Amino acid sequence: MQFGIFTVSDITQDPTTGRTPTENERIKATLTIAKHAEEVGLDVFALGEHHNPPFWSSSPTTTLAYLAAQTTTLQLSTATTLITTNDPVKIAEDFAMLQHVADGRVDLMLGRGNTGPVYPWFGKDIRQGINLAIENYNLLHRLWREDFVDWEGQFRTPLQGFQSTPRPLDDVPPFVWHGSIRSPEIAEQAAYYGDGFFANHIFWPASHTQRMIALYRQRFEHYEHGSADQAIVGLGGQVFMRKNSQDAVREFRPYFDNAPVYGHGPSLEEFTAQTPLTVGSPQEVIDRTLGFRDYVGDYQRQLFLMDHAGLPLKTVLEQLDLLGEEVVPVLRREFAKDRPASVPDAPTHASLVAARNAARASGESTAPRGAAFGTAAVKGA
Amino acid sequence: MTTRTLAVVSAGLSQPSSTRMLADKLTEATVAKLAEQGIDVTVETFELRDVATDIMHHMLTGFPSPKLEAVIDAVTGADGLIAVTPIFTTSYSGLFKSFFDVIDASALDGMPVVIGATAGTPRHSLALDYALRPMFTYLHAVVAPTGVFAATGDWGSSADSVKTLPARIERASGELAGLVAASDRSANVTDPFALERPFGHLIGGLAGE
Repeated sequence: MQFGIFTVSDITQDPTTGRTPTENERIKATLTIAKHAEEVGLDVFALGEHHNPPFWSSSPTTTLAYLAAQTTTLQLSTATTLITTNDPVKIAEDFAMLQHVADGRVDLMLGRGNTGPVYPWFGKDIRQGINLAIENYNLLHRLWREDFVDWEGQFRTPLQGFQSTPRPLDDVPPFVWHGSIRSPEIAEQAAYYGDGFFANHIFWPASHTQRMIALYRQRFEHYEHGSADQAIVGLGGQVFMRKNSQDAVREFRPYFDNAPVYGHGPSLEEFTAQTPLTVGSPQEVIDRTLGFRDYVGDYQRQLFLMDHAGLPLKTVLEQLDLLGEEVVPVLRREFAKDRPASVPDAPTHASLVAARNAARASGESTAPRGAAFGTAAVKGA
Repeated sequence: MTTRTLAVVSAGLSQPSSTRMLADKLTEATVAKLAEQGIDVTVETFELRDVATDIMHHMLTGFPSPKLEAVIDAVTGADGLIAVTPIFTTSYSGLFKSFFDVIDASALDGMPVVIGATAGTPRHSLALDYALRPMFTYLHAVVAPTGVFAATGDWGSSADSVKTLPARIERASGELAGLVAASDRSANVTDPFALERPFGHLIGGLAGE
């Protein structure tokens, strides 16, 4: 099982000091945070994509390429890459390039975004959000798997004999997660292609996440990618820790009360009761996180949001120390208990290459089942 | 015996509240009309004051508390709705509007609704038709032609003696009862996680097939 952190790249005032970091400070801080994630033994760093302040991360592959050069084991991912407003051709190119410079330590999570005006800024219609996600991903999927693509769709200029370059590393595309909070179509899309499904989870009641994951697992089996318990599931989480639970609550409360997403609303106590947010001791974080398995089953990736709401860099690094030293080692050990051998790990470049080679050796077609269906279904293909 | 569920939403704030009184009168009359047709009615009445902070928290966080979720589920899953608000500053109260703002925009599709409002003077009575009715029309609810407006005077000596409040309630509840009798919404509540079309069709549909 993989453990890591994800960031939305917000530049937020520290409510306890009134100070807002500069763009440059926050960008450099995030690079430090990502490198520290590897230092404390975490597996994954995932970065959001936004195109308006107060967020800075408009070019995730640039940032991730720098981090690839600065790290050795960290898996670099996104949370999320906008499949609706980005050109799928550019996504194919950018992430194949990143694969090469990162020696394969790359995957990505696709999402539709949550800022309405991004659609018109990029010439798109938000009412077509789901349809954009479906058509664009269908093209992206083909660009990484077919050397020459003839394609015609509704949202992008047609392609004749187009080859995206560079080709994916070892001819194995980066693994794709599909992230969604409330759209069953996206869980269906992930299941259809046999891709991963990531439930952001952190702003929603557990019952909701449970139903989305159950739908994804059931449809993954329906499309014959494996049994339901072999579907690739990731979850978000959000924690703040101190040795003593009361210290964590006291220190985090002003950040919670003023946070851009949920501030000035429910109390910290109400929000922690209704969502996976956990503020307390490392042991409380361990107990709560282990409980996720009770409602989504054995899963593959757990990412924590650690650096939002104006928390200063020093505090975030301390949080990562606690996460890496006290929490994740216990989670690894406990999640491994009673985990059936048939439940796969999160795919990595090495595991995907090995699976592809094994399939070739046994003479099976390597064409993904979903791709064939999808190609046939698109007019002009 | 046929049964139907009737949800009642009152945005009155005081205790006792004339808004709640109007809601109760409409409820009694509607239940009586349906009983005449051999239809048994389960009534669930909600005072929005009881979930007022939950409504605002939902607006800020994007998800309902368990308490509010139960109210939303009961209202959106009913066969008919009686919705009554006080008129504040020439329109429905902010609390009333906020409740319908946090409900999914498709959740009241086809819902039979009777609208009611209360205010200090009858001069605000058109608020029913320029504020409440368009809101429910936007939500694709089926709004009964008669809305009932009760000014303070309607409860006493300065009541309209020609088209009396009881007569207006009678007429509106009769219209609602007819719509509720024909409604099978509560039997057809859809799973929000269900897909309308299989995925292959989603892809194919984009190509105009």
